[in-house]
Amino acid sequence: MQITVKMFATLMEYLPEGAVKNTIQVQVEDRTTPYQVIDQYRVPRSEVHLVLVNGVYVDEKSRDLPMKPNDTLAIWPPVAGG
Amino acid sequence: MSWTKKILRVNLTNGEVAEEPLNMDWAAQYIGQRGLGTRYLVEETDPTCDALGADNKLIFATGPLTGTAVSTGGRYSVICKSPLTGAVACSNSGGFFGAELKSAGWDMIIFEGKAGSPVRLHIENEKAEIIPADDLWGKTVWETDKLIHAAVQDPQVRVAAVGRSAEAGCLYSAIINDLHRAAGRSGVGTVMASKNLKAVSVRGTRGVGNIKDPVRFMKSVAEQKQVLAENAVTGQGLPALGTQVLMNVINEVGALPTHNMRDVQFEGANNISGEAMLEARESDGKPNLTTNAACFGCTIACGRISTIDKGHFTVENKPEYWGNSGGLEYEAAWALGAATGVDDLDTLTYANFVCNEDGMDPISFGATVGAAMDLFDLGAITTEDTGGMDLSFGSSEALAWCVEKVAAGEGFGKEIGMGSKKLCEKYGHPGLSMSVKGQEFPAYDPRGIQGMGLTYATSNRGACHLRSYTVASEILGIPEKTDPLETEGKAGLVKAFQDATAAVDSMGLCVFTTFAWSLDNMAPQMDAACDGEWTVERLVEAGERVWNLERDYNMKAGLTGADDNLPARLLKEAAKTGPAEGKVCGLDEMLPEYYSLRGWTPDGQVTRETRQKFSLPA
Repeated sequence: MQITVKMFATLMEYLPEGAVKNTIQVQVEDRTTPYQVIDQYRVPRSEVHLVLVNGVYVDEKSRDLPMKPNDTLAIWPPVAGG
Repeated sequence: MSWTKKILRVNLTNGEVAEEPLNMDWAAQYIGQRGLGTRYLVEETDPTCDALGADNKLIFATGPLTGTAVSTGGRYSVICKSPLTGAVACSNSGGFFGAELKSAGWDMIIFEGKAGSPVRLHIENEKAEIIPADDLWGKTVWETDKLIHAAVQDPQVRVAAVGRSAEAGCLYSAIINDLHRAAGRSGVGTVMASKNLKAVSVRGTRGVGNIKDPVRFMKSVAEQKQVLAENAVTGQGLPALGTQVLMNVINEVGALPTHNMRDVQFEGANNISGEAMLEARESDGKPNLTTNAACFGCTIACGRISTIDKGHFTVENKPEYWGNSGGLEYEAAWALGAATGVDDLDTLTYANFVCNEDGMDPISFGATVGAAMDLFDLGAITTEDTGGMDLSFGSSEALAWCVEKVAAGEGFGKEIGMGSKKLCEKYGHPGLSMSVKGQEFPAYDPRGIQGMGLTYATSNRGACHLRSYTVASEILGIPEKTDPLETEGKAGLVKAFQDATAAVDSMGLCVFTTFAWSLDNMAPQMDAACDGEWTVERLVEAGERVWNLERDYNMKAGLTGADDNLPARLLKEAAKTGPAEGKVCGLDEMLPEYYSLRGWTPDGQVTRETRQKFSLPA
């Protein structure tokens, strides 16, 4: 299936070649999970704090649940602002 | 101690400058800065006074930890009645001015009356002098800063000044210190200009002494600085990308107010984000961001220092804008960008520079331009009104034109300078002002972050994110994650954030420490520095007292519970995209519980019992 992967802030360095504006569309196995994508791109799990699928927060225990075709996975390290 | 225990009272009407002791009974109850400054305002002014009249007072207040070694201890606030909202104004600024004022030996300056002609105040430690400033009137903040430094011949003098926008009566004019730090919101600069006070310059060499237990204080300060350094947000995230890291986060969660809050996601968000500020420009190969920067005593250093491409249309042949200056923070980037639909980083940076140069709040300015573009799109404002300028959403030219006009107080800029409430009323669509109590919203849509709806509605200074930043919990998971689309539990969350933040603002510290610190980290530093016992419980109680004092002032000024409301657009027009699609803000599900938790009546009045509990003045 195809999904969109976005990596922001200090996780930008893990983006693969071909990414534009922090974003790349990739083919993955059906039922791929957020953690599988994070591991595939060698992003240390300890650096990943905020995980959103289609803009909705995914807590740590749910990051092993499968995604659907055309989902958007976006990840950040710990960030804040104001 | 840590307080200097001295106030400088400046009567601008008769030109008298006098020293008087700080009321330490009040300091014990209201701490300092925001709380203590408001206590003096309540004591000395009639809440129904004309905000731009001689009877309003203008208070520059530091906190007991301002100027000390505590990380971020460089803050000061400006307190007065707001000409934008009619409510209490309290605007907090960083930079170096606050610490310099404290080091000169002053906890607070109270300006009263009105000068007959333009003046400035110059302070060197215990000496303070009112000086004619006719030569500075009509000058920008940047020119004023330069001329004062040339006059006093001391590069370490710190200057806080108003620009031309304030002189022209723009209702959201800021006081700018250190060239690009701002006491930004609610029109405190407009009040300063209404008193014919152009600038305050200060040099302090006394330092901040009187620490209660110096050994314990320095040990505690070192321990807590370590906490900030080891925290991923305050030690890495904020220094690297600043607050602008939020642009993509808030857009992804569907809470980025766009096109005057017609939409909750902005197609151009990535182009104006913190990540984009790091990218080399195609035109000159340089990134927008030059470096990060810190205010006095800060070990976080979230500030942005930026440059604009010299060939960009906004600065072509204008070398005064070619150097480094204060760059885009998240709120400014949102207001100048998503609210107006403009996604050109250099145009936004230019508008931000001009807001600093001539002292405007970029949130209210950008949001008001967004409202004007909404009115233009509806045909309620035409090119006849603007003198020919096309105010279409997304127009960089229109944004740059507007900021120049408001800065100079010229033509249609006068109307943009009135703020969105008056603008939308004048052009027949009052519901298009995205404001509470007349102050424009910041960068979070309450349809996608429900707690921020209650935050905005109940903020004592009109719509504001810094009064209870529930985004930390609802989106970022600090201190713990809550669901941004749920209203349940948000009343308690908002109250807790409001009370804690009021305490932080009253101590002299930056609210950004709270991404790593709680009051548990602050209380030991406060207790080691200041007279008396300062526990977490006492700080929370003082914060709640400050909140109720501000509320009480507003009620006496004529506001009511009916002012704790949101525009119909947020209550009736559902979000069109993102996780909040189909949702409106459920304010009515949160407000009654909030009033109850506050100990107020069902219509939002402070009760006699609550007044007695906090010993509020009559």
